[in-house]
Amino acid sequence: MDFSLTAEQQLLSDTVQRFLSQHYAFEARRRIVRSPEGWSREIWGQLAEMGLLGLQIPEAHGGMAPAAVETLLTMTAFGRSLVVEPFLSSAILGTALLAGLGSPAQQEELFPAMAAGERIAVPAHGEEGARYDLERVETRAARRGEGWVLEGRKAVVPHAPAADLLLVSARTSGAADDAAGISLFLVPRGAPGVSLAAYPTLDGQRAADVALRGVALPSDALLGPEGGAHGALSAAWDLGVAALCAEATGALQAILDATIDYTQTRKQFGQPLAKFQVLQHRMADMLVHVEQARSMSTLAAMRAADPDPAVRRRAVSAAKVTVGQACRFVGQQAVQLHGGMGVTDELPVSHLFKRLAAIELSMGDTEHHLELFARSLSQGTDAA
Amino acid sequence: MDLGFTPAEQAFRDEVRAFLGESLPADVRSKVLDGLHVSPEDTTLWQKTLHRHGWGGPNWPREFGGTGWDPVRQYIFEEECAAAGAPRLLPFGLKMVGPVIMRFGNAAQQQRFLPRILSGEDWWCQGYSEPGSGSDLASLKTRAERRGDRYRVNGQKTWITLAQHADWIFCLVRTDPGTKPQAGISFLLVDMHAPGVTVRPIIMLDEGHEVNEVWFEDVEVPAENLVGEENKGWTYAKFLLGHERTNIAGVGASKRELTRLKRIAARERKHGRPLLQDPAFAARVAQVEIDLMALEITNLRVLAAEAERRAPGPEASLLKVKGTEIQQALSELMMQAVGPYALPFRREALEAGFRGDAVGPGYAAPLAATYCNMRKASIYGGSNEIQKNIMSQMILGL
Repeated sequence: MDFSLTAEQQLLSDTVQRFLSQHYAFEARRRIVRSPEGWSREIWGQLAEMGLLGLQIPEAHGGMAPAAVETLLTMTAFGRSLVVEPFLSSAILGTALLAGLGSPAQQEELFPAMAAGERIAVPAHGEEGARYDLERVETRAARRGEGWVLEGRKAVVPHAPAADLLLVSARTSGAADDAAGISLFLVPRGAPGVSLAAYPTLDGQRAADVALRGVALPSDALLGPEGGAHGALSAAWDLGVAALCAEATGALQAILDATIDYTQTRKQFGQPLAKFQVLQHRMADMLVHVEQARSMSTLAAMRAADPDPAVRRRAVSAAKVTVGQACRFVGQQAVQLHGGMGVTDELPVSHLFKRLAAIELSMGDTEHHLELFARSLSQGTDAA
Repeated sequence: MDLGFTPAEQAFRDEVRAFLGESLPADVRSKVLDGLHVSPEDTTLWQKTLHRHGWGGPNWPREFGGTGWDPVRQYIFEEECAAAGAPRLLPFGLKMVGPVIMRFGNAAQQQRFLPRILSGEDWWCQGYSEPGSGSDLASLKTRAERRGDRYRVNGQKTWITLAQHADWIFCLVRTDPGTKPQAGISFLLVDMHAPGVTVRPIIMLDEGHEVNEVWFEDVEVPAENLVGEENKGWTYAKFLLGHERTNIAGVGASKRELTRLKRIAARERKHGRPLLQDPAFAARVAQVEIDLMALEITNLRVLAAEAERRAPGPEASLLKVKGTEIQQALSELMMQAVGPYALPFRREALEAGFRGDAVGPGYAAPLAATYCNMRKASIYGGSNEIQKNIMSQMILGL
């Protein structure tokens, strides 16, 4: 039992935080979000220089994976500063999928470019009607000659507009909700037949719906075994949920800090808001949520790469429930305690609030993960 | 960072488990696991058993006859004891007055009182609350007047847990009424068998006799029973409250109760299927289990911080609030699990070996009483509202 950081981990955490406080303050971030692309290639390049884009790339390929603690620290810092670059999509999910499924040739081609920030590869998996079910895939891939043809639609793909490559899941066999029969393909974003309907999301990030109409791919576009992508998708998603929980922890701490500052500054009836007991107790409740979320994001980080899927899924779902509930409660109460200022665009609080709401809705919402966890209850007990 | 236990800690857990398997009487074990009444004799016997094994003071340093375990080993010990169905050790001696005597008592007091706590010879109770002083403890009125080498004590204490079995009571008493409330309080050890001490039961909503009023009428207490300095009792009381709250998360016991809840919910039926497979009920069980997982990690984080700082911090308030919410949720869900069979209410069914006519499944009998009893958890030890005051002031700096 040890919660301490190594000197290297502490250094990494300090370095990332210092970088963000210098280059990613509220106004700087606002400019990035409002830029045409909605994210900063300059920042992305600097993240690459710090080695952060290699956190989930295997050591054999020059990366740092598994790097559970480093990912936890990085994502927590990103959450605090509301980083909008495609880190989770590409540097965690993209690299994890490539590590899980890629051939040596594919890995040798892509890992160095991804670590250097030159290639961005994001999963394009969700579909209309699939909600959060990982195995519901209706996009189809059929063999044509030596290669493949993709047909279907992907919905709300985070950071698709920023991607050079889409990692598209498509069914090569089985029914719409079979775990077996899902394959993954490397699809250049500009390939003929791929069209994006891009839009900003609630939290100032970018996403797109992706239409795939007769997209012809060479045989080496297949990533991993035909029909056998589900296990790697599920493993990558667990890593992603853990990273999302870590990000939430940073945003939760930031919004609680902002609320404490605001209520200590703002005076009504001749005294700071922070002196009113009803508000003190509300902030104590927020603190309990934040600390429980921090505990569970730590647990999820340490279990997310566990070789036993049952172990990691249990920790990850429990963490997402705890974090999701914290996102809702702490986010809403922070806005409430900021009063009128909380519902303006002017202060960080509303921006943090929107990211927390988006995190709650991403990669399985609270109800989804609570249901998964609840279903596992009767598996361990004798139901007879 | 590593959330696993070290091989040495695992070996320690195995050692505790093996000891419990050999030494915990089967009848006591099943009383605890089934939520039935544990007698004072059961509790004392278990303290004596642990003492013979050298484990009478799991949270005490070696120099006072304790085990010298670090916080993680104490945690493992409590978790294994709870899981095995061991009776809860009395906190009043081990976790409350014991640490105060070690820290602030003199050598004579340490030699006189501490060994008898370890051996289970003395049963202690806590004399803090008064009819007019609950959460506002510093307003207490019980008066101790110095007369030569003795104090004369007059007043009334209330909510004294298990005072009906106690040999000693540690009291906060007012020794200087002329100064601000916190500055005139002393910490006094009083013999419950002394003339002038009267114990009157308070019957609680579960119809159980757990707490009492204790009256002092011209009780003569030797001045040597004063702990530390006169009028410094408030400092010692705050020290004690910190120690009391560290262990109040009750993670081990809640894990045991969660297992019991699942056992009951797997046997109960709804629409012809196990209740545990009902999506709505399963979601509520899942929610408590997840909250408990998070609390366990939070508890371990606090322990790790405590190991570095050597004293429980205000984070203990967080553990108390969340821990008691979980304890109450578990007792509520267990009651709800048996549906209408929670309604039949007979105190005698809480005794092991009850041979009367069972109404509904046997496990249903104590559930409503336990639900009622557990309402105390968010009130005692500094109500949860007081804990939120502490969190907002000491952690958040509001």
